[in-house]
Amino acid sequence: MPSERIPRERIAARLAETGYVADRELATALWMMDYLKRPLLIEGEAGVGKTEVAKALALVHGAELIRMQCYEGLDANSALYEWNYQRQLIAIKAREGSGESPESIESRIFSEDYLLERPLLAAIRREKPPVLLIDEVDRADEEFEAFLLELLSDFQITIPEFGTVSALTIPRVVLTSNGTRELSDALRRRCLYHYLDFPDVDREAAILRARQPGIDASFALQVARMVAGLRKEELRKTPGIAETLDWAATLAGLGVNDLMAEPEIVHATLLALLKTHEDRTRVTPEVTARLAGRAA
Amino acid sequence: MTASQDRLGPGMRRRLAGFTRTLRDAGFSIGRSETGDAARVIASPLADRPEGLRAALKALFASNRAEYQRFDELFEAFWRGRGVKHGAAAVTTLGGAKRARRFEAGPQGLGADGLPERAQAETPGEAAAEGKGRERGASAQESLARRDFALLAAGPEREEALALAERLARAMRARVTRRERARRSGRRVDLRATLRRSVARGGEPIDLKFRKRKRKPLRIVALLDASGSMELYVPAFTRFLYALSQAFSEAEAYLFHTRLAHVSSALSERNHERALDRLSLMAQGVGGGTRIGDCLADFNRSHGKRLLHSRACVMIFSDGYDTGEPEKLAAEMRALRRRCRRIAWLNPLTGRAGFAPVARGMQAALPFVDLFAPAHDLESLAALERYLVRL
Repeated sequence: MPSERIPRERIAARLAETGYVADRELATALWMMDYLKRPLLIEGEAGVGKTEVAKALALVHGAELIRMQCYEGLDANSALYEWNYQRQLIAIKAREGSGESPESIESRIFSEDYLLERPLLAAIRREKPPVLLIDEVDRADEEFEAFLLELLSDFQITIPEFGTVSALTIPRVVLTSNGTRELSDALRRRCLYHYLDFPDVDREAAILRARQPGIDASFALQVARMVAGLRKEELRKTPGIAETLDWAATLAGLGVNDLMAEPEIVHATLLALLKTHEDRTRVTPEVTARLAGRAA
Repeated sequence: MTASQDRLGPGMRRRLAGFTRTLRDAGFSIGRSETGDAARVIASPLADRPEGLRAALKALFASNRAEYQRFDELFEAFWRGRGVKHGAAAVTTLGGAKRARRFEAGPQGLGADGLPERAQAETPGEAAAEGKGRERGASAQESLARRDFALLAAGPEREEALALAERLARAMRARVTRRERARRSGRRVDLRATLRRSVARGGEPIDLKFRKRKRKPLRIVALLDASGSMELYVPAFTRFLYALSQAFSEAEAYLFHTRLAHVSSALSERNHERALDRLSLMAQGVGGGTRIGDCLADFNRSHGKRLLHSRACVMIFSDGYDTGEPEKLAAEMRALRRRCRRIAWLNPLTGRAGFAPVARGMQAALPFVDLFAPAHDLESLAALERYLVRL
């Protein structure tokens, strides 16, 4: 459906309207998803905004976002569909004495009413193509990955009691991975690939401005520089973009708009960025002062 | 380039073919469907500007981080390097051969293992192992002595080590299957399975089925100290590691001396002789001081997150003689300890009479070690089995 395609140049602008500041490469990759009808695999460290990409993409296309969080032990049943067993049992019991024929009971309890849609089935049964986010696919088992691969190439699902459900529309699929496990080559090859890094200072400042419209431009830059400096320290947990936003909001709430002005407050509020005791002790007031001095 | 044209001219087609070949030479895995899509990309308005084309082909052809990071350079060299006449020729004149060779790395782009990516022509008898072995080996400067593990290539010792690792694997497998089968009880009722069972009882769910989590198989991550002081033991340990990685599907191995080197790809080689050959090349840093702390830091930073989980056992084969600061080692051991299930430190010196772990490095590391065991002969290695089974 070429009419639905958004011209390439407009993608970045439309993303920006939704509050997501994307670089060119990501915008290109998102455009290619539509052009080549391939899923997009996004890798990157925790906190770089992988999930946000899918949310922003859904906003851009005005589509529904269907999210499937992967976890260890996730099986096809909980990803595709499940029968509502409780209701089925009740229906059987309730009709036991009614003289209804077994055939009609059977066709009744295996009808739409008793089918529980899980994300993957839901994603292919929508009128308007949704954005399907398969989050942290590396947490699922290898078997599930193979199953997913099959689904992503055929977009149809067979339910034995029910028949084959073919996709009404092909969803836009975004997969994310944290790299806790190597993904199979087959899955990687099926997908377009984008590696999302922590944003550079300018882009992070732009994100701050987009998400916190009230923020002073030079202060946003200061915050972005400070966080970039912190990320270079050897921390156990590198602060993500969400943490940057939290911290900027905290500072704004306390009326700070210059990092050099209130060193104690700046240091105290770092707890929005540093989430382990070890990191907290490592970044002493002196380190804070040094980083803030460089950022200002 | 008139990009709006629907079909590609033969010249463009050839160049694209040349480019995919360059990428394949550099270790990218590119299939037919990618090539087809690439042609579509080139026919699209994206190809109007090289920037757009680069970003688009990058998203299409790269499939992991290492490829993603090195794509730009390959792209620049191939498409922007002027003086290239036509497609196929470009591979050799430009891209090509030389460049690709330099980039060649192990599967999954494990080239970033901290070793210098340096082509060494003078390695004898290495033709079979191709660039890979050479690329991943240490450079000539790192060690004057070239120590040969292959000297002990065959013999009863190796057979025993193989048999031992197999026994280990069997013990582990039996355990895992037993766990999966025991599903009479569990945390949650499995309604699907219960209903299926109820068919035999006329539709009454009498026999309840439960769901239980499947256990992850145990993953073994071995870190082998290949420094001068370990010289005598390294051949035996490499053999043990080789057998281990053949038996366990989830085993990873690293060598360290002054640097850390990922050697799993060498160990996964089916041909035993060749695997040991490659390994011996990698261990050529022997002789320098050991920097266990730095190597562990490297491991924690670059590999730990990906490799370690709650069912991972880290085995360190080292005598604990460390030329780095003990504080650093302790900090890294602490970080390592947090990520995995158990750390076993196998010290070949422990077997000696009158041994006490007085080496500074050993002292620093001990508090974080779950099992501190001797590993000077096969018997002591066999004792490991009992420990691993308990995990």
